[in-house]
Amino acid sequence: MSNDNKQNQGEAGDVLLEMRDIRIEGFSDEKWNPIIKGMDLTLHRGEVLGLIGESGAGKSTLGLAGMGFTQPGCRITSGSIMFDGIDLVKATETEKRALWGSRVAYVAQSAAASFNPAHRLIDQTVEATVAHGLQAEAAAKDDARQLYSALTLPFPETIGERYPHQVSGGQLQRVMTAMAMSPRPDLIVFDEPTTALDVTTQVEVLLSMRKIVEEFNTAAIYITHDLAVVAQMADTIKVLRYGKEVEESPAREMLTAPKEEYTKSLWSVRALHKEAQPSDDIVLSIDGVDAAYGRGLKVLHDVNIKVPRGRTVSIVGESGSGKSTTARVITGLLPPMAGQVTFNGEALPPQLKGRSKEQLRKIQMIYQMADTAMNPRQTVGEIIGRPLEFYHGLKGAAREKRVLELLEMIELDETFYDRLPSEMSGGQKQRICIARALAAEPEVIICDEVTSALDQIVQEGILKLLMKLQEKHGITYLFITHDIATVEAISDEIVVMYMGEVVEQGIKDEIMTAPYPAYTELLLSSVPEMDPDWLTNLAENRGETA
Amino acid sequence: MTETNTYSAASEVASTITRRTRWERMKITLSKAPLTAWFGMIVIVFYLFVALFAQWLAPHGEADNSFAAYLPWGEAGHVFGTDQIGRDVFSRLIYGAQNTIGIALATTFLSFMIGGTLGLAASIRGGWTDQILSRIVDVLMAIPSLIFALMLLSVFGSTAGSLIIIIALLDSTRVFRITRSVAVNVVVMDYVEAARLRGEGLGWVMRREILPNIMPPLVAEFGLRFSFVFLTIASLSFLGVGLQPPTADWGSMVRESASLMQFVQYDLKSGLTPLLPAGAIALITVAVNYVVDWFLHMTSGLKD
Repeated sequence: MSNDNKQNQGEAGDVLLEMRDIRIEGFSDEKWNPIIKGMDLTLHRGEVLGLIGESGAGKSTLGLAGMGFTQPGCRITSGSIMFDGIDLVKATETEKRALWGSRVAYVAQSAAASFNPAHRLIDQTVEATVAHGLQAEAAAKDDARQLYSALTLPFPETIGERYPHQVSGGQLQRVMTAMAMSPRPDLIVFDEPTTALDVTTQVEVLLSMRKIVEEFNTAAIYITHDLAVVAQMADTIKVLRYGKEVEESPAREMLTAPKEEYTKSLWSVRALHKEAQPSDDIVLSIDGVDAAYGRGLKVLHDVNIKVPRGRTVSIVGESGSGKSTTARVITGLLPPMAGQVTFNGEALPPQLKGRSKEQLRKIQMIYQMADTAMNPRQTVGEIIGRPLEFYHGLKGAAREKRVLELLEMIELDETFYDRLPSEMSGGQKQRICIARALAAEPEVIICDEVTSALDQIVQEGILKLLMKLQEKHGITYLFITHDIATVEAISDEIVVMYMGEVVEQGIKDEIMTAPYPAYTELLLSSVPEMDPDWLTNLAENRGETA
Repeated sequence: MTETNTYSAASEVASTITRRTRWERMKITLSKAPLTAWFGMIVIVFYLFVALFAQWLAPHGEADNSFAAYLPWGEAGHVFGTDQIGRDVFSRLIYGAQNTIGIALATTFLSFMIGGTLGLAASIRGGWTDQILSRIVDVLMAIPSLIFALMLLSVFGSTAGSLIIIIALLDSTRVFRITRSVAVNVVVMDYVEAARLRGEGLGWVMRREILPNIMPPLVAEFGLRFSFVFLTIASLSFLGVGLQPPTADWGSMVRESASLMQFVQYDLKSGLTPLLPAGAIALITVAVNYVVDWFLHMTSGLKD
């Protein structure tokens, strides 16, 4: 099962896909801008190539070009793409359509958005195979059931009769892999297939995808921004930046001895570290909180969290574990059914309406998506200036001066004062949101997945900034995240949540060292590591214990 | 693009949008406007000009009945002749523009004030506020608006003021619906939640956070509502419960001269007199619709 012996199977070694000096442009702002600036790519039969890079590096564009496909608004300007003797740049639409869904297949990032909700899974799985006349419908469906079983889906015989909304996100992603595999293609392009999944689900999906790709000796292009994930899947890794190749080498070599500075910086967050400092001065305390949406299901069960002053407490857990609901209870957006939130020794009114301006000012929030957290019609000056005026009564020149000071604190300059959110990058937008929170001069900032939508190197910048601000102003952070690497980098204390309950709370070093409760163990062991054998070992370990 | 490895937040490359002033952007948009939109805009500007300067443009007074009745076109300096009690038809057409457009604009503004504010409040507050307001609107919309307006006007009398208030109220139901439906998509955005967490009041959230983001559909709706209000006023006047004489408006002018139609075979031009105010109503309705169509096409992001 190791990655190395795969090359020896079948007709391996033949070149399946070869791109030469490919250049792709995209149309925006009324002109053509280069996206891919001359790249080569060679893929052999049975080989898995990992494409990694930050958003905007051109990895999806290049991966899709491997199928001869360009997104709307893009064009291939020069170069050649030879797929098994066919030049995909010169091929007509009809010729390419004959390839797609029969010899080349695609697995998209968001399975939930890619399935037609009105059709059964199995009909969608075999659709391309039947349409291309590769197999009769009944035979294709039999084969699909076997694929489901090979992908370790539960109830492989009947799961295909369900509709997309009746299975989980991880299962849907595996059904999509079955759909791609159904015509037995020569090449599958995986476009960030596990990015939207929780770590524990990701492990299962990765395992089953790797198993099936190996079993049928299919060549694959695996696109992702997560180096640790690609290390488990790929034989060769290619790093992209600004539409150019940074370096390409076998997976093992890339991990142990990256040549370029940029490649090293890709996992820089994992290198950040903070010594945990315990403290007994509790600023915010959540005691016995139960909460539910409407009269529906209870989502929080007896949650108890203590947040010490000037420290960082991270709440980790998968989606649906109640992390964000806890934040909504603290901010007063969702009054709890039972229990109490105490701030500085005073009980906070449960309703937002019942809280005073001072109470509101002292707890600020930063959101995951900086895009939707800022009004697209307001300039930076207005966005940061409003809390200054609202809480501190600053007006005119005094307000402008303070906004500029805040911009300096978040390492941006005065040229940003008049910009609109649409004129900034993701990291800059998140910095503006931090400045907006700082403007209120809060004691506690709740950070809800603030870095999860950002690239690694930008994440590092934001985390460093947050830590610097904490040192200087003694701000307390309640950091909500599913990313264990971030948690390790910045927190003093960790709270693990599962199904609306707190599994444990403690000092970082205690939580991160054995013995763990069962769920913490599962969560921690599911975080991909920079080791190409990690997934294999994990599968063996879990196989033994199961 | 910097390709160095020293990271600095300010040097991150954002999207390459070139900033233009509002005036420059307007010039670019206008230069791309289709012919129909240009036609519509020219007609609207012409109507507004006539309405604003009616006093100076009209050769005779609005209620000046010192001439012989039913003079044919072109006789004694009366371009479109005179009506049944000897008023200059051309002058009354010009004054009619002022009265009808003025009232229609006032009505549309008022209906947007009422429907827009309540629609925003319903979408932000949600829950009971939304339920009660929406059900009241449902009830009002279930009653045929022209009949309802006739009833209310006969109760409160046909003054310009009651005309504006009654039509505005009835029309605000539709404004409420559209405002509420576009606003509910904005209300769920994080920046609205952020404003509420800051402790902002309902007024701020409505005016500063939501309204700027729902303007395009509302502006388009304003144009459409204006045409409909215009038609409603004309219909009510035609039925005799709109603006009362001697105030000139196009709806009642059609009614007063309608009987002339039967004399078309004897005097072609004079027989067409009722078509003049009717045509004036039709032209502005079409013009406004052309402009609204263009505007909707632009803001919906559809590319041709």
